[in-house]
Order: sequence, then C-alpha cells, then structure tokens
Amino acid sequence: MKMFVCIKYVPDTSEAEVKVNPDGVSVDSSRFSFDINDADNYAVEESVLIKEANEGDITVLSIGPKQSDVMIRMAMAKGCDRAVRIEDERIAGYDPLMVAKVLGGAVKGQEFDLVLTGCMASDDWHMTTGVALAEELGVNHVSMVKKVEILDGKKVKAYRELEGGLMEVVEVELPVVLTIQTGINEPRYAPIRGIREAQKKELKVANLDDLGIDAAEVNADASLVVLEQLYIPQVESSAEFIEGEPDVKAEKLASILVKGGLV
Amino acid sequence: MGNILVLAEHRQGVLRDVSFEMMAVAPKLADQMGAEVVALLIGSEMDGLAQKMAAYGVKVLVVDDPLFKDFNADKYQKVLSALIDDLKPAVLMTGHTAQGVDFMPALAVEKKLPLVADAVSLEFAGGVLKATRQLYSGKANAVMAFKPAETYLLTFREGTVEAPDASAGGSVEKLDSPLKEDLSYRKFVGYVEAEVGDVDITQSEILVAVGRGLKEDKNLPLIEELAKAIKADIAGSRAATDAGWIPHDRQVGTSGKAVKPKLYIAMGISGAFQHVAGMKGAKTVVAINKDPEAPIFAVADYAIVDDMFKVVPKLTEKLKELKG
Repeated sequence: MKMFVCIKYVPDTSEAEVKVNPDGVSVDSSRFSFDINDADNYAVEESVLIKEANEGDITVLSIGPKQSDVMIRMAMAKGCDRAVRIEDERIAGYDPLMVAKVLGGAVKGQEFDLVLTGCMASDDWHMTTGVALAEELGVNHVSMVKKVEILDGKKVKAYRELEGGLMEVVEVELPVVLTIQTGINEPRYAPIRGIREAQKKELKVANLDDLGIDAAEVNADASLVVLEQLYIPQVESSAEFIEGEPDVKAEKLASILVKGGLV
Repeated sequence: MGNILVLAEHRQGVLRDVSFEMMAVAPKLADQMGAEVVALLIGSEMDGLAQKMAAYGVKVLVVDDPLFKDFNADKYQKVLSALIDDLKPAVLMTGHTAQGVDFMPALAVEKKLPLVADAVSLEFAGGVLKATRQLYSGKANAVMAFKPAETYLLTFREGTVEAPDASAGGSVEKLDSPLKEDLSYRKFVGYVEAEVGDVDITQSEILVAVGRGLKEDKNLPLIEELAKAIKADIAGSRAATDAGWIPHDRQVGTSGKAVKPKLYIAMGISGAFQHVAGMKGAKTVVAINKDPEAPIFAVADYAIVDDMFKVVPKLTEKLKELKG
C-alpha cells in the first residue's frame, strides 16, 4: 500500500486574540503557537494503521515554513517513512484550489494507492483541498471519512460522516483520495524510539521549480479568486457578563440560576 | 446574464433545511445581478420535493432518474458538469454540507471555475461577486472577490439565515438526464444510523456541556458533580467526543444532535458554528470560557470569562447549598 499523507501546519487560535495586519489581508501570527491540523493528525494515524495492517510506505507532504519540520518529524516518528516539505512564497495559499494543484504536482508521476488528508483545516475551514486534489490527480475520492476498510487490497469501503451522525457507506476502487474526519481513530503519541529514528528519515525541502510546477499556474494571478480583505467581526453579545473573582462569579451565577428558577 | 442555479439538497426523501435557506439568499443576489433564481433537484421520484421547492416562487429544474436514487458525488459531478455547459448559469450554489463539499471542489477543478466554500454572505456590486467567509473559528472574516468567470461556484453555510416564507408562482420542468448509464466509480452501499445511547440529550431539560477546555478525562468528575447537583445530563462538543471523554451519541452540533433544553451550560467550549447550530434551540445559555473572544459568548445569556476549573467547584457547592 503506497500512501501519501498531506498535512498542514496551523495556528492554535482557540484562546488567542486574532489581529489583522496593516496590509488588511493577513493576520499577526507572531503570538500563535502552531501545530499539525487536527484532522490531519487523524489522517497520519490512519495511514500508519493501514501500513501496519497491510504493509506499505508513507510519504508526508506539507506546504509550510521551516518551523513546521518539527511537526513533519513527529509524523515520521509515528511511522511515516519520508517527507517532502514544499516552501515557496509564490503559492496562493489562501486558495485551496491552488494548494491542491501544488500537492497534485508533487504527487503526479508517482505510483500510489491512497492519499490521505484531513477533511478540514482548522484555520480556514474550506473543506476543499482534498477533493480538489483527487480531481487534479484524476482519481476517485471519498470525503469526511470516519471509518476505512481496505478490501482485498483493491477497494476501499469508506464510511462518510453526514449531518446528525448518520453515516453514508460507499465503495470505491484504489487509487483514491480520502479526506479524514476527526475521531476516526485515537492518534498515538510518538514513541521515543520513533522520534530517534525520525531524525534519520529523509525530509526533502522543495520549491515549485524543484517539483516541476509552473509558478504561473498556482500563484495569485492564476487563482480565480482574490482575498480582498480580512476583518475582525464585531461579536454582538447580549449576555450578562458576571464579574469578580472566580468564587464570586460562581456564587453570583448560582444565585441567578436558582432565583431565576432555571435549576 | 445566466441564472442563479441553486441545488436543492435532499436525503432519504426529505429536503434539507439549507435548501430553503438558500431561497432567502439567492433572490437577493439575483436582484443585485439582474438574474433569476432557478432551483435544481437531482434524484429519483422527485415530484413531491419539486413542488415543495416551487412553492418558493421559483422555476424548479428536475433531473429525475432511478440512477440518482441515492446521493453519489461522482454522478452529481457528471450531471452538474453537463448542466453548466447547457444552462451556463451565472452562479451555481449548493449547501456547504457533507454533500456539497463532496463534489463542488472536484467540479471546480474539472470546469476550471472559481469556487468559494462555506460562504456566510454574498454581495454583487460594481460587477464583482463577493463572498464573505469565516476564518480562525469565526474570529476573523475574509471577503473573497471572484475574478470574472462564466459561472461562479459557491457552497453556502447551513443555518446562517432563516428560510423565507413560501410564496407562489413557481413551476416545475423536467430535464433529460445527462447521465444515461451508471458509469460511476463510486458504489453506494447504504446508510448506518447514528448510535443510540442511554440518554437522549434532545429530550434533556438541563444540559451541562464540555469542550476542549476539559483538557483530560480525569477532570470529568468535576462536571459530573455539577450535573448531579442540578439533575442535568452531560453533553459535549465535537472535541470532547473525538477525545473519547463523552460518548458520541451525546455530541451537540451539526454532526451530532440538535438540542433544546431549558438551560444549557457550556464549559470550555469555544462555540464554533458547528456547535452553535446544535444548541441554539436552548432557552437559556450559560457560557464559561477563559477566552474573552470565544464566539460562544455571542449566543450566551450569562457569561463568565474565567478558567472553568476555578469556577465550577464553587458553582457546584453553592448550587447544592441554595437548593438545599
């Protein structure tokens, strides 16, 4: 089973304040901590599980800066075999169709059975790259996959997660691109031995020229959309904010709930 | 100018809410563009659903064939690809749903057309179509402008707008299916219904819900004690169920359950729209989160900006005391 797994280095903004830079089209990421995209972490685990059950070989692909090497090494410590990190500031990274074209260019010409990636990036929420990548590669896809069974090494039975917890079960022949939904497995911690071994595995850094991709096909001119403006939306909250020290807040809330007949 | 073609989504014989919601969005855009709204249904035995869409005062095109009995991304792509060539719509809009995201990106690549996914508002001004979408869990908005194209592709977020009231004057027209035989690579096997657990949280009067902020399952007793004190059931966000802290059948949100308790206490939940979609039916919402920018506060009635671990023990103690 020859596999590629595409992962993204994303900021954790769950408790961080997001500020737009003066250019109006980027955010100040200097105070964010970055790590692997949540769904991609599950995709890495799924690829390693498939490798363990069927034998195989996994190449990690990621577009990102040098700092993301730590994330890539971690995926290799879990069982991925090698990696290509693509770094090129000409890529229109705001457009997932351009990102898919770059990833497609990096895979094209190589044999594969499976390409796995997360179904959604937690920073920009497009849910677009994986399905677009399949079309770039001219292969089948199944998106939002919550369970995978490989049948006879030739077919995949995939369970897609729909709204309301319903699953749609489909079968497709290999090769196929699967976009992986969170919760499909339990991502492992990298074993100490794996972390040591990962240091010796190949991590190739490539730009568009190295990959034989024409920059004019994946840059902002090639993109059919323009990121015109980023802004911070006004959060209109009509909530009553309860103030004070934690204990005071707790007491105030308790009395509101009890007096209001809510509990 | 071509029409605004809205793909009406249905599953297991029922139109999905997003189909009606797009009937609120598309007419406004049509006014701005000087275009007409046309709904499209792809399926088998669609007469009843076609009438329901026509009740919004629009023309409904129907591709009705047993080949489309079950949703199939591959077949949808083939049909839509042919219809784009035939009808040359100015816009093709679908829901940003498990269906829409399964074929629209591939269609965009195939047809070399621009796509903006997960739009939450649309505007056409000065000859340019712009779609606003969210980034960073709703902490930033991006305005995406389409470069001029024959057809603009859009997926629109479910639950963003209210469906309009039905009007009159619609019509239904059947189209020949562009797909004559089943050439699909994808085989539909069946549906697996969501698992049923010991508690049906859609019926709960009081829910205490936890998210990523719970950090680890050894913190669960804290929440259980609070729940016990006020006779609440425990629920969780996607992060909490993915991590295995909370059973999957107690997940609140788009991919879980829509709940409508009298009181919903959200702790350590940021409030991404997928979660909010599942709990906006709650009558009173209390949110406890240490991030003052958390979107959950936008839907809260009572808000505490603080570490849940500093607040919850005292809250439980005080509630026990007051309730005696």
